[in-house]
Amino acid sequence: MLLINCPLCGPRDELEFRCGGESHVSRPGPAETVSDTDWSAYLFARSNPKGVHYERWVHAFGCRRWFNVARHTVTHRIEAIYAMHERPPVAFDGSDGL
Amino acid sequence: MAKLDYSGWRVVREGLRSQSGWGEAWRNPEPRAAYDAIIVGGGGHGLATAYYLAKTHGMRNVAVLEKGWLGGGNTGRNTTVIRSNYYYRESAALYDMSLKLYEGLARELNYNVMFSQRGMITLAHSRHDLEAAARWVKAMRINGVDTVMVDTKEIARRVPILDMSPEARFPVMGGFLQKRAGTARHDAVAWGYARAADALGVDIIQQCEVTGFRRATDGTIAGVDTSRGPIAARSVALAVAGHSTTLAEMAGFRLPVTSYALQAFVTEPLKPVLDTVVLSLATGVYLSQSDKGGLVIGGALDLYPSYAQRGNMPMARNVLGAVAQQFPRLGRVRLLRQWAGIVDVVQDSSPILGATPIPNLLINCGWGTGGFKAIPAGGTLLAHHMATGAPHPLAAPFSLARFSTGALIDEAAASGIAH
Repeated sequence: MLLINCPLCGPRDELEFRCGGESHVSRPGPAETVSDTDWSAYLFARSNPKGVHYERWVHAFGCRRWFNVARHTVTHRIEAIYAMHERPPVAFDGSDGL
Repeated sequence: MAKLDYSGWRVVREGLRSQSGWGEAWRNPEPRAAYDAIIVGGGGHGLATAYYLAKTHGMRNVAVLEKGWLGGGNTGRNTTVIRSNYYYRESAALYDMSLKLYEGLARELNYNVMFSQRGMITLAHSRHDLEAAARWVKAMRINGVDTVMVDTKEIARRVPILDMSPEARFPVMGGFLQKRAGTARHDAVAWGYARAADALGVDIIQQCEVTGFRRATDGTIAGVDTSRGPIAARSVALAVAGHSTTLAEMAGFRLPVTSYALQAFVTEPLKPVLDTVVLSLATGVYLSQSDKGGLVIGGALDLYPSYAQRGNMPMARNVLGAVAQQFPRLGRVRLLRQWAGIVDVVQDSSPILGATPIPNLLINCGWGTGGFKAIPAGGTLLAHHMATGAPHPLAAPFSLARFSTGALIDEAAASGIAH
């Protein structure tokens, strides 16, 4: 069970949130210059690390605000929570006993 | 090693000889310096691929590399259901081929995989569920998969433990039945393929983790680096559900795959209470009773990407709560075990079979929550591609290229499956 610290509402149970998948995926463009391969990579290819994953979450049953979470996909430990417009924090080595 | 045939006669003879003559089911060889083909992943799909490479295509200089032990990944973590009730023609052909291979598998492998065609009932809980089910059934029948609608009377007869009352939390309005669906013993499928492949000369190498890929000067695959040293190969295939993206990244390409935990549960053994597989469209929960008497329960994926092979509590509560609501008399049954497997989820909920951006490196992944039922087909199709250099007609629609051509096979939208 995750305790997620919503930037607006404070710590809440994970049941109130939804995960929106990988964050920091930028849309290629301008559209007429984008190849099918690049467009496919944008739509479908995702980072799927066994380690820290930078992802978007929404407080669906609270303030409905989106924010970014850096979360370890093996321990599920939340390393950082930061705003949508912020750059991801420096990489975590994930060396917490794994 | 000469293959030891299993038979009733042998069981009697070994019974009289204190079980002293059985011997090992497969060898435990040292890796050779080079193979014609290497399959990474000693689960059901990898072992089946090796078996069909040797059996159908006569390739004997083949190795299966497994970082842990045989069937220790998803093959040993699934809920053993086998079915072919998919919507699209491509999927129906693929999964029905698999089901038909399962029907003859015990005899072919001389190994009891305990395939039991006890049938599977999918429950509809609303008028909309019923309409979707009718559309789904008609599509399956057009595709040659025998499925029938069943009414509430028939469901009550086949699943007496189900709460069918009008006051039920999830009232049942009907459903459909695939009679040829059922369950098999998951370990036995892996062991049976391993034993049969070994007897044909395939080297099954456990405790051998792939740590890198070797490329020839022209870019084609030349072999792998492993925890037991480098091994050369002309062709390499990945069949490593759950860790496909990790290996793809090592090889230098990306996949449209996200890893999620899928939980399963087994109860204490009960007297026979359920002789079919039941799935609820409303809750996503499904269950069957194993031959040992335990109820095997599965449900939806956990809600965020994970490599933790344990699952999380909120989803466990959802799944078990739904079982208690739909099968009230199971509410006080105790659980023996809970676990999770890590599944390869693809946006269109269909597998990825065939070529990768690296020549002679093939992949079998993306089965999501449903890889077990596809083992014989996945093995047959990947072996065909490895041996002939071209995809089997049934595998062609499931290529990695479909994500850039746009020819997706969106089973999540069509047949409402979880993966």
